[in-house]
Amino acid sequence: MPGEMDADQARTMALEAYADTILPGEKRWPGDRAVAGVSQGGGAVASGALEVLRSAEGGMAPALDALADALNEHARQYAAEAGIELDHDVPPFVSLDYPNRVRLVQRLTGRTHPEREAWISVAMFSTIAFDAAAHTHTVEALAAGHPGLTTIGFRPPDSDGLWRFDSYSYGRQLARPHPHTTPSGSPA
Amino acid sequence: MTSSESTDVLVVGSGFGGAIAAYHLAAGGARVVVLERGPWLNGEDFQHDFNFGASSTRIFDFVIGDGMSVLSGNCVGGGSVVYFAAMPRAPRFVFERTGGLGRRMWPAAISRESLEPWYDRVAEALPVTRQTWDTVPFAGGLFGAVCDHAGRTANPVPVALDQARCTNCNWMMSGCRFDAKRSLLLNYLPAALSYGAQIRPLHEVQHLSRTEDGGYRVHYSVLDDVDYRVQVDSGTIDAKLVVLAAGAGATPVILQRSEPTLGPMPNAVGRYFSGNGERLNTAIFDEDRIRDVLGLSRPDGVPYQAYQIGKGPCVASWDRLDGSLPEYERFSLEQLYFPPGFGTILAQVPDTVGPTWFGAEKKEILRSWQSWLTIFTMSEDDNEGVFGPPPETGNAIRLSQQMLGRGPLRYDPTENTRRGWALSDAEVRDILERDGLSRVMPWTNDVVGAYTVHPLASCRIGDDPRTSALDDRHELRDHPGIFVTDGSAVPGALTVNPAMTIAALAERAVPGIVRAARERGVDVTYGAPAPDGGTSSRDAVLPLVSGLLGR
Repeated sequence: MPGEMDADQARTMALEAYADTILPGEKRWPGDRAVAGVSQGGGAVASGALEVLRSAEGGMAPALDALADALNEHARQYAAEAGIELDHDVPPFVSLDYPNRVRLVQRLTGRTHPEREAWISVAMFSTIAFDAAAHTHTVEALAAGHPGLTTIGFRPPDSDGLWRFDSYSYGRQLARPHPHTTPSGSPA
Repeated sequence: MTSSESTDVLVVGSGFGGAIAAYHLAAGGARVVVLERGPWLNGEDFQHDFNFGASSTRIFDFVIGDGMSVLSGNCVGGGSVVYFAAMPRAPRFVFERTGGLGRRMWPAAISRESLEPWYDRVAEALPVTRQTWDTVPFAGGLFGAVCDHAGRTANPVPVALDQARCTNCNWMMSGCRFDAKRSLLLNYLPAALSYGAQIRPLHEVQHLSRTEDGGYRVHYSVLDDVDYRVQVDSGTIDAKLVVLAAGAGATPVILQRSEPTLGPMPNAVGRYFSGNGERLNTAIFDEDRIRDVLGLSRPDGVPYQAYQIGKGPCVASWDRLDGSLPEYERFSLEQLYFPPGFGTILAQVPDTVGPTWFGAEKKEILRSWQSWLTIFTMSEDDNEGVFGPPPETGNAIRLSQQMLGRGPLRYDPTENTRRGWALSDAEVRDILERDGLSRVMPWTNDVVGAYTVHPLASCRIGDDPRTSALDDRHELRDHPGIFVTDGSAVPGALTVNPAMTIAALAERAVPGIVRAARERGVDVTYGAPAPDGGTSSRDAVLPLVSGLLGR
């Protein structure tokens, strides 16, 4: 474990690195170690993955310390098996490069891994941070340029914060109906 | 000793099965209490917001099982509030299915033909109308065009939707802000209230016991209105008759938990669960090919980029709903929208050697999310779902304050089910990948198992006591006075959206429930008009039930 980093920092970095493995982003600052920097634009971490994971509503918060510690332990074992030398300035999972982080996440979420449900849950919360900004109001997230919602191109609402699409249809018949359609419009 | 409240009829759940029974029984003169485990929201309570604690998480449940995850409504109005309002009738061959039984799954008394008058009642009540192509959103139009290009047919689906009010916002799963979706909040439930029915939200029924006079005592918890993991109160209500309609993911759990007080349940309680054979594929379109191959262009000149725009599924292809095809090889394909979150995590990257559902390449396909099209398969599964021992309360161990839970359902798809999915995957790919229009991948089953938004059959009707929990009048075998009218009563997968059939079966069950209530001393009659006063469909069924009522 890194000498100058307290346990909370180490756990945060490990969980950030996990979220960044699920939907990666660009480094937040030069020297950002948790975010691997393999993708342009913000990823799950910049989108609020840690806020979602720590939210009271989500229910994951009480388990996070144990999960972060377990993640680092899994990374230590993985590195030992693979003959990877860890950088002790950062937590073990953070020390792995992106391809190795991916391989370890695949192992942890694999069909037979005893902890798969927990790791899939962390992945789900990372995903909903990115493309739903579940920790904040959608209108505010969009206005603030939320990385995930911006990446997927989620369109903004009207000025009252509600979505309406005046233009929505090609407006013409585009296929023949099934020949046995009943008068109610159902299949026969 | 605390005294228990009493009523004539206690209805558990306020979705289609509960609301329809509650309306007719209240209109007929019975004292009716409806206990609903979710909150009670209306109109402006429905938010356009993915934030935890907004209506999108308050009214929706996502229960992860072993091999099958179930999405369902959790609010007054149940599934009708969160669903996409697609209301096709089930094709004729569905009622002739044998499944794994070697005999007809459905009761002899029920066929498409015999169910038509009851479908008509629902169609008049909600109402359900045919859609026209000029109201079909871009996504439905695109699906129609690719079907046509591939030599397939495609239909706008019948819907319970007021097109004039609809803004095509695609927030339907969070409840309809504009009252365009004709949920039960706009018809059966207000009509039931007008006849004196009581609806109590956040009342989660845990189990039933018997009363000395041959009725039932219903034991419930009252849940905190924000953190559903917290119980703030509890109580009981005695009723002469109980209608269970908690949904196919909850009704069997309540009955299983009631075994110590009610005695053994029929074998089929908590067995034969069907996920309606559901399967999803995501197509990622090439915008230029949409323009060049299909000749499609929005008014602003953009070919498509409109995944977000619309109102759920609007166009379906029914070419494979062919009764002459072998069982398990028939399915419908429906264009669908799924909001971000659920609608993205299971989508897989095409043509990759890396991870398919997460990672750098997954993020890349998300950049073209507006060019996605989701195709929904509803096929014939093998009723292979089984519920394990019930959790301490509710139908799941709740993990989050709202929405997310871990339930006891186990589902290991058989070869039959897998064959249907594989055939539909191949059909989807054949239709949508032609001429480089798109790249298609099915959603992964490796993350949360298979998944369904249409849970069915976990407490089903039938003629064979060994394989059906209910008789053909929806009464629980060996437990007279308990009726089940929700999706759990449907015998098996329907190959189309099931809400219309669930509702029609509930309508059909009501006269028998009225008769049973009368035999238990309740002063109630059958014959209410549609909730808005319409009488044509009511008048059509009265001759069918006069003998049943014996009046």
